[in-house]
Amino acid sequence: MNDCSTDIANEIQRAFQEKTALRIEGGSSKSFYGRSIDGKPLSLSQNKGIIEYEPSELYITAKSGTPLSVIEETIAKHSQVLPCEPPQFSNTATIGGMVACGLSGPRRASSGSVRDCLLGTEIINGKGETLRFGGRVMKNVAGYDTSRLMCGALGTLGVLMSVTLRLLPKPAFEETIVLELSESAAVSKMNDWASTPLPISATFYNGSCLYVRLSGSTSAVKASSREIGGDTYDTQTEFWESIKEHQHAFFNADMPLWRVSVPPNTQNLTLPGESVMEWNGGLRWCKSDANEKLIREKANNVAGHATLFKSTGEAEIFHPLPITIMNIHKKLKQVFDPAGILNPGKMFAEI
Amino acid sequence: MHDSISTFDLANQFRKVLPQDAVLDQKQQLQPYECDALTAYRQLPRLVLLPSNIKEVQASVKICKEYKIPIVARGAGTSLSGGALPHSDGVLLNLAKLNKIIQIDTQNRTATVQPGVRNLAISDAAKPHGLYYAPDPSSQIACTIGGNIAENSGGVHCLKYGLTLHNILALKILTIDGEILELGSKAFDTTGFDLLALMTGSEGMLGITLEATVKLLPQPHDRKVLLAAFDQIQSAGNAVNGIISNGIIPAGLEMLDQLTIQATEMYCSPGYPPNAAAILICELDGYDEELQSQVSSVKEILIEHQAIEVRVAKDKKEAELLWLGRKASFPALGNLTPDYYCMDGTIPRKHLALVLESIAELSKKYDLRVANVFHAGDGNLHPVILYDANVAGELETAEKLGGEILELCVEVGGTITGEHGVGVEKLNQMCVQFDDAELATFHQIKSAFDEHELLNPGKAIPTLHRCAELGAMHVHNGKLPHPDLPRF
Repeated sequence: MNDCSTDIANEIQRAFQEKTALRIEGGSSKSFYGRSIDGKPLSLSQNKGIIEYEPSELYITAKSGTPLSVIEETIAKHSQVLPCEPPQFSNTATIGGMVACGLSGPRRASSGSVRDCLLGTEIINGKGETLRFGGRVMKNVAGYDTSRLMCGALGTLGVLMSVTLRLLPKPAFEETIVLELSESAAVSKMNDWASTPLPISATFYNGSCLYVRLSGSTSAVKASSREIGGDTYDTQTEFWESIKEHQHAFFNADMPLWRVSVPPNTQNLTLPGESVMEWNGGLRWCKSDANEKLIREKANNVAGHATLFKSTGEAEIFHPLPITIMNIHKKLKQVFDPAGILNPGKMFAEI
Repeated sequence: MHDSISTFDLANQFRKVLPQDAVLDQKQQLQPYECDALTAYRQLPRLVLLPSNIKEVQASVKICKEYKIPIVARGAGTSLSGGALPHSDGVLLNLAKLNKIIQIDTQNRTATVQPGVRNLAISDAAKPHGLYYAPDPSSQIACTIGGNIAENSGGVHCLKYGLTLHNILALKILTIDGEILELGSKAFDTTGFDLLALMTGSEGMLGITLEATVKLLPQPHDRKVLLAAFDQIQSAGNAVNGIISNGIIPAGLEMLDQLTIQATEMYCSPGYPPNAAAILICELDGYDEELQSQVSSVKEILIEHQAIEVRVAKDKKEAELLWLGRKASFPALGNLTPDYYCMDGTIPRKHLALVLESIAELSKKYDLRVANVFHAGDGNLHPVILYDANVAGELETAEKLGGEILELCVEVGGTITGEHGVGVEKLNQMCVQFDDAELATFHQIKSAFDEHELLNPGKAIPTLHRCAELGAMHVHNGKLPHPDLPRF
């Protein structure tokens, strides 16, 4: 395993002294996500390799440039999965990019998000200092939870060098069923089910049909699918893969794609254009040319937020923050990256 | 800081914004607040404030900021790390009166509550809807959600359902500057940095929780509780790994050693095998069909790992009896000794046997008994050091022994605290777990929220100076050159 961490630290130190903006790159699989920025590329693709993995411990520690596919293949050999079922969007996706973007997949509503399964990180801050936060154990309350602060921060607070993630046993059996329902009935059903112990691990609604994945022991899944009703859907693995990776026909369009996050039981959101739902209704994908303001207002009305996930224009990517929260963001940026050299502007112009 | 305003004048300032009886200034009124559940540390605050609504909290904080008076927020005072220990120059802000359950949202499965609401009261309120709040620290009858958030509390069911952090959706936080921050929402995520994670477990040093929205989970179909006895503690440790590497995540997986088994037997007769070197209590929950097959698998695994006895509770009553001993472990141990000191290190499970052996050696070295009762499933140890504070030097010996155990946890890749927090108790061990640059980062984060260090100052994060002193003292194989000198 090659070690390029010293070179990376040196490069960041130099950039700190010279105040050169750096653009952090993993596998560039999600480079479309976030605001577009300039900066000297800082590649982490050589910072790769699994540092520690013992299946019985239910965690894996890997360098940030390790391909996500390598991690998933390695743990699959021991029938384990990443609880957050992260999208790759390209086979170059890295584990560091997964944490930096903080995007979770279909299993999120039942097994938690990327940040939920993040146990620890080693980072290099904007001064070139190597810092370790969190650890390898699930219960750890020593110091502020600086590790999870890195999750979804898009590299603006530190360059991720290695991450430790909690793993889960792979469900023994999965089955997907399909029901024809109206949107409001689908939202109600999903949330009614979520209030019961039914082993539902993913939901997707396309405007007319609700797809429900059940995971667990064969007997429990069979009994649950009988309880829910509907028809069994055969090509389920490919189906959920296509939802996770945005290869489903819905996502195949040359139009802005909005990711709208709302309380799951939100009825009559009336987003413009065409939309689909995941996560018991908590995640709405919306394909629309509509004005940024209109979509953000609809999200605001239900205390949600809207991200311009794939952009074709000039609109701001992330939902604007209240001034008090933005002030905290600026102060934290100052703590970790006083010279403002780490992916400046990737999330908001101010940080 | 005392010279800036007298306690008398300060009390009068608070009486302008709080009801008369909400400002306590008499010694006998202050005394109940001089410590939390870590009773070895005691300190009277200057005043105790008992606001009963958000406006009164805001007004109190405003005065504190104006006169630069330290604030220690407190819920039920059940902290085991001194998190709610008063500050000698400060006020103690008791939030227990903010105890309203604002909303149970059954459709989104959330509860919105004030900080003084007790942990168990949330589950009680959710129960008619088939829902409950998962984190269940042992003090759940008394402890408040505000304190749970400050400490990122755990409990016996963390292994499957996570810590407080994983079960909090939104917080309303009052900053020292008087601003209200709304963090998170009922949606699955929010824009920007994960301030919700940063705030959870920050030990009241970044802001004061005014309101929390927590996640409610459906009550499981059914639960099964198993007990397994072992004649070697190592076999019990290996059985824990055996269960988890077979793809089974129990709702709870607890271990008790011989000393604890005997203490609980004397205390409440749960019927544990008295001669076992260790027992495991394993709770499984889930869908009926799945549960039955898991119970069979776990039984097989336990026998494979040399369990000398395996019992499956036949009914709810028997299950409760099996849990009873575990839940009464601390008071039971308290019966064996005038004082005890409970540690909270967490280690990767694979080192369980090694660490337990080392603890036994340390126990001999310091000549103090150590009982082990802990959350084996997630490697969260609770070594309980038995001592007598009336014997000169014994508290100090217990603290030294505890310190060595925690350092051992760090050495094997674990942490000094899994769920109790650092408080005032583990400041020295923080110097072992984190280096100067990391501690400096923590201090800067504190500054970003609380420039004048008024919120629970002196807790959780040691000064670099303290660590430097400690480092210098550590030179001789952990033997302090001048044990009589005060450490600061």
